[in-house]
Amino acid sequence: MNFNFKHEWIETNIGLMAVLTMLAISVGGLVEIAPLFFIDKTIEKVDGVRPYTPLEQRGRDIYQREGCYLCHSQMIRPFRDEKLRYGHYSLAAESQYDHPFQWGSKRTGPDLARVGGKYSNEWHVQHLTAPRSMVPESVMPNYPWLIKTPLDISDIADRMKALRKVGVPYSLTQAEYEANVKKFGETVAKQLHIPNAQQSLIEQANFGNYDGDRSGISEMDALVAYLQVLGTMVDFSKYNDDAFVNDR
Amino acid sequence: MAVTTYSGAEQYNFEVVKKFAVMSLVWAVVGMFVGVYIASELAWPFLNFDSPYFSFGRFRPVHTTSVIFGFGGSALFATSYYVVQRTCQTRLISDGMASFTFWGWMAAIALADFSYVLGYTQSREYAEMEWPIDILIEIVWVTYLILFVGTIMRRKQPHIYVANWFYLAFILATALLHTFNNLAMPINLFSMKSYSLFSGVQDAMTQWWYGHNAVGFFLTAAFLGMMYYFVPKQAGRPIYSYRLSIVHFWALGFMYMWVGAHHLHWTALPDWTSSLAAAFSILLLMPSWGGMINGIMTLSGAWDKLRTDPIMRFMIVALSFYGMSTFEGPMMSLKEVNALSHYTDWTVGHVHSGALGWVAMISFGSLYHMMPKLWDTKMYSRKLIEWHFWLATIGIVLYIVAMWISGITQGLMWRAFDQFGNLQYSFVESVAAMHPFYAMRAIGGMFFLTGAVLMAFNMLMTIRQGKRESAALEARLAAKLAHA
Repeated sequence: MNFNFKHEWIETNIGLMAVLTMLAISVGGLVEIAPLFFIDKTIEKVDGVRPYTPLEQRGRDIYQREGCYLCHSQMIRPFRDEKLRYGHYSLAAESQYDHPFQWGSKRTGPDLARVGGKYSNEWHVQHLTAPRSMVPESVMPNYPWLIKTPLDISDIADRMKALRKVGVPYSLTQAEYEANVKKFGETVAKQLHIPNAQQSLIEQANFGNYDGDRSGISEMDALVAYLQVLGTMVDFSKYNDDAFVNDR
Repeated sequence: MAVTTYSGAEQYNFEVVKKFAVMSLVWAVVGMFVGVYIASELAWPFLNFDSPYFSFGRFRPVHTTSVIFGFGGSALFATSYYVVQRTCQTRLISDGMASFTFWGWMAAIALADFSYVLGYTQSREYAEMEWPIDILIEIVWVTYLILFVGTIMRRKQPHIYVANWFYLAFILATALLHTFNNLAMPINLFSMKSYSLFSGVQDAMTQWWYGHNAVGFFLTAAFLGMMYYFVPKQAGRPIYSYRLSIVHFWALGFMYMWVGAHHLHWTALPDWTSSLAAAFSILLLMPSWGGMINGIMTLSGAWDKLRTDPIMRFMIVALSFYGMSTFEGPMMSLKEVNALSHYTDWTVGHVHSGALGWVAMISFGSLYHMMPKLWDTKMYSRKLIEWHFWLATIGIVLYIVAMWISGITQGLMWRAFDQFGNLQYSFVESVAAMHPFYAMRAIGGMFFLTGAVLMAFNMLMTIRQGKRESAALEARLAAKLAHA
């Protein structure tokens, strides 16, 4: 058989060219992305990671809306300096409920993956409203509207339902609720129950009093609640230093 | 307008090319202005004016969308419609579809910019548009694909010219990337807000598969298509090597899709994925340089044009920056280098040496080549082209040098230890150290923007001149007919 390939065949046939181009550009994505959904070790088995409460999720929406991800990463790398500055390196499990991910690509400001609990609520409120009043050299914009704007909680159930559809275990039925009680404990499961969403959001905001003003729930309440939970879900004292190394 | 038939205005659909060419410069000026503004915000934060609408986080996607999709996208539509008609010697198959792609694309960019300012964003870099805009883009893009392929099918030549291969790969790849990276669940049908289908590690991988291939296909393959038509045309010489164009076309298309994960080195993405991406990133140097060499060597035998022809100078400088940034990219994808460069301004500088140096410069060159032919006249001012060239070149150099210094400084400050093994610098000390370089970057951007404004003015005057000339010609013809 005399098979004599000529590139001319492709150059004179737009259909063939389109099909071959499509094949050439599809391989890379298939090989690198598809396995991430099937290989078990992609996400570590670790205790403590739970979906965000309704208030935290609304805070996360505001974090996205204001484009915080453009200057702050949420992904600590396994380096000595990053461990000292930010804490334990980030695990894949810690962002498993993050739709979308907020790992970021630029640190004009510091990483926020473990900012939760590092500063007081009062510090965050003051810093978000006027960053340079706390950190004179900062180049962060002021966000004075957050504390003035009441949080819109009318569509919280819709938001949680959408997240449930893409795989976040918020519960809609009694059976799902029971499953969450087993998985996350009763206190958390209650907050993840969509029929209770508005009520549990209000309760958390009033109890936490994140913006220092109990008269209403502001966007600041939600954002600070979100910042304060970042990186706090996994208790690393339960794991030894090498526990996650092989998963990488 | 019977007198202008010889210019091809009736044989080809140049209306849509003209519209896209004009809008490409409008978006260039808008997008680069916003770029200079947000760069200034980082140097002088009072410019955020305590307003949600001007704050850096909402304004930055306005910059990226306006320059990548507004300026770059319009330049690609304009040149691809021009090139496909010229090289296939046939008119676009449908004026209606062509016009739809224009208005649809303009609407998508304008709506996107407007929605970011109001706070609607998917927070996926370079794909911030929320789902209704994504659907509009999808429809426009499929129309574009049908129009482009349909026109090629009606070609008068058996061979499909190499520029069209690259445009085709760009259209197909962009369709693929746009579709999979924007899979999202709206919270309800009357809300702009949606949540992405994937989460965490899979979501990150999908986004950077998109993100880097937006660079690979939207900002590289497509502009190589531009290069393959306009460089030989302007030089008046054939492409240097036909064989090289075949090899680097297939290698580039195949390899680019593997490299996105180098944006996720040392993250929670599994090691095998980012290592594979790094390996392909290094391999990618070869097809990238294949394109650069093919472009630059096309000038062999006509090097004197670099001295005499400012348009040629735009193109060759573009190819040189392309060569430089496609060397820098693989280097930054090495894990050791990336550990220093990632999260810093070095990445920003690298993107701009590609985006300003390669994408914008080759677009300027191609648009300068096309304008006199579209409006059937000469360029209004050659002097202004010279000025534009130098302003742009100086602007780029200021920009990337500032970002190299600030990026490497940041990287080194973050990892510096004192003699007791403690971190030597607090984070904010690294922020304070950036100030002079952020100012320098903003100034570099101003140079580049000024050049673009000069070009827009030059284009406006060229169009007016073209209209005046054709009106005068028509008047003379009418007078002649009246006397006869």
